[in-house]
Amino acid sequence: MSHHTVSVELEDKPGALVRVSQMFARRGYNIMSLAVGPTERNGVSRLTLRVDCSEHSFEQIEKQMHKLVNVLRVTELPPDESVERELALITVSAPPDKRAELIQLGEVFNARVADIGREALTFEIVGRPEELDAFEELVRPHGVRELARTGRIGLRRPGRTQTRRRAASIS
Amino acid sequence: MTRMLGSDAILRSLEAEGVDVMFGIPGGAILPTYDAIARGTTVRHVLARHEQGAGHMAEGYARASGRPGIAIATSGPGATNLVTPIADAWMDSTPLVCITGQVYSHLIGTDAFQETDATGITLPIVKHSWLVQDVRELPQVMKNAFHVARTGRPGPVLVDVAKDVQEAELDFRYPDDPDMPGWKPPTKVHERQIREAAKAIAEARQPIVYAGGGVLNADASAELLAFVEAGGLPAVVTLMGKSCLPDSHPLNYGAPGMHGSKYANWALNKCDLIVAIGTRFDDRVTGKVSAFAPGAKVIHFDIDAAEVGKIRAADIPVVGPLKLALTALTRELKSLQSRDRTVWHAQLQEWRQLYPYKYRRAEGVLKPQTVVECLRDLAAERPEDVVWTTGVGQHQMWAMQYLVCDKPRTFITSGGLGTMGYGLPAAVGAKAARPDASVVCIDGDGCFQMTCQELATSALEGLPIVVVIVNNGWLGMVRQWQELFYAERFAHTHLTKQVPDYAQLAEALGAAGFVVDNEDDLEPTLRAALDSGRTAVVDARVDPEENCYPMVPAGAASVDVIEMPDEEFEHERITG
Repeated sequence: MSHHTVSVELEDKPGALVRVSQMFARRGYNIMSLAVGPTERNGVSRLTLRVDCSEHSFEQIEKQMHKLVNVLRVTELPPDESVERELALITVSAPPDKRAELIQLGEVFNARVADIGREALTFEIVGRPEELDAFEELVRPHGVRELARTGRIGLRRPGRTQTRRRAASIS
Repeated sequence: MTRMLGSDAILRSLEAEGVDVMFGIPGGAILPTYDAIARGTTVRHVLARHEQGAGHMAEGYARASGRPGIAIATSGPGATNLVTPIADAWMDSTPLVCITGQVYSHLIGTDAFQETDATGITLPIVKHSWLVQDVRELPQVMKNAFHVARTGRPGPVLVDVAKDVQEAELDFRYPDDPDMPGWKPPTKVHERQIREAAKAIAEARQPIVYAGGGVLNADASAELLAFVEAGGLPAVVTLMGKSCLPDSHPLNYGAPGMHGSKYANWALNKCDLIVAIGTRFDDRVTGKVSAFAPGAKVIHFDIDAAEVGKIRAADIPVVGPLKLALTALTRELKSLQSRDRTVWHAQLQEWRQLYPYKYRRAEGVLKPQTVVECLRDLAAERPEDVVWTTGVGQHQMWAMQYLVCDKPRTFITSGGLGTMGYGLPAAVGAKAARPDASVVCIDGDGCFQMTCQELATSALEGLPIVVVIVNNGWLGMVRQWQELFYAERFAHTHLTKQVPDYAQLAEALGAAGFVVDNEDDLEPTLRAALDSGRTAVVDARVDPEENCYPMVPAGAASVDVIEMPDEEFEHERITG
């Protein structure tokens, strides 16, 4: 088993997302995270999916996804060739005597304080999903009251892709 | 541009697609479209008695003709009754365009009368589906629907049309082209893969061609035959592929799989190269996958990339249209010197001699295999083509084993889904597609009772199809499993041969009824039914205990074929 991140360009049509997620459910693949949003093109959404499966299953997933009418493009995002980010909101118990310590901790991770209450504060953190995991781990002992993550989104690194294309055209 | 109603636009679209017949049942949400049918259309409508029947008719039509079958139904129960045929078409890659009415747009989502989420329910079993809520989208949706159903790997699509869309006006012009940027089925094959495949075939010592239903779907039977003959290559043909290569061709070793012959299973398992063509390594063929053809390299030809490497890794994958691929492959193969394979051919022929399909006739008992053999021989005498359909179970396997189908699309069966009740409505559809051919449904008594109301459809349409019920009074295949794997605990598999009285039932539904329970009367009875010129049912009362052999038990290696045990030959029989 290994983790794979896939970027899917999808027609922005009713039911398009459910066709993709249904295919995963139907074939027994588990989606670890899924993020959907608009792209640079009108009428096209981008899904970023994170799945945990074998190489063989992943190949099947890609092929099955290509057959969906609303799917325009499927690209795998290998870790070393892509940029991945995620956003998390974390509400942590923060009695007045702990506040300063927590805010300091946040600063190390570039986590912004999005809101602050009498007994708790909400951090907003953007980063690589692994950084979010680390921050979550760190604040957990203080008492995480609520947590929401967007799921990762990603793009291929522009430089690498172009280099590769050029290399291919030369050879 | 012509101003018209959405309902009329549906029919003008069907006409533009060259549809000549559709199968359906009217109801509330599809009424406007039926009203349009009343206003006039060149598309003939066959009124089924159950939407499942309409769906299987459309499937039978599609499999016999190669053109998409059209099923039309209302919302709610109309649509849910279509689910089984849609699933069946999905599993067997049968092109189907299903049109269902949906409740008024403003009622969608309110649990209105006869509202079901038809596109939602069918989501995992369609290639694509559309819910039309804007009449202006209708022509393009219809164009797209037909395009998706018939291109790439064929299959079912669903167009769910809200009632108000059918009632709304639009300026109609049928589009020339589909508009789906994401739908790009392969149209070419990779030349290098073809060269590699040809090289591997030429070098193989013990190659076997393993052909399936994809060959029929691709209308590539002629190309397959040319390829097999050019390479002098022995072939096995799956249940779904039956008739894609002439059964009487000496290089055709027939069906492998659970009830295929020992020689076909051995050929497939003991070869050094499998040339898989339009087939998907189904578990009913491979048995235990890890033990399947252990010494074989695999070349896999398919239009659907997802099938290649799904079950068995392909050493040489070739994705693309089979017609093109096989033509290129044959050309390439002819330019190469193939290995001498005299020993392999002799081996295959020896196995065929040693392990033929067999059963023992017994005094006073009509054997189901005898019924199938008699039909086969009668069909051979007839000048016209005979198109066979079947239900699912023992009779289906005997039909696969004993029928000889030499022309493409003459054997129509439910393979992947194994839908009991498929045979009769599929025969109605096949007859609509091939009025020139005789259509015979070999059915089981259990299967027949699932869709027998369609006899009325057939009788009133004046279709001279013949249904031969191999009546053993049991859900025979299940009974066989209970006997072999459940210590003869025959839980709820006994139907009885007498109830219903099939001949009387046939008469009641407007068809001719015949009964036969012995060998002497078999041929004259079948002949009378075939010559009756009417929808006819033959109740052939056969040995209730006959099991279907050979057999590969589920989960066993397919090389471990169980032949009919000797005791079976001596077994004392209970009749009745």
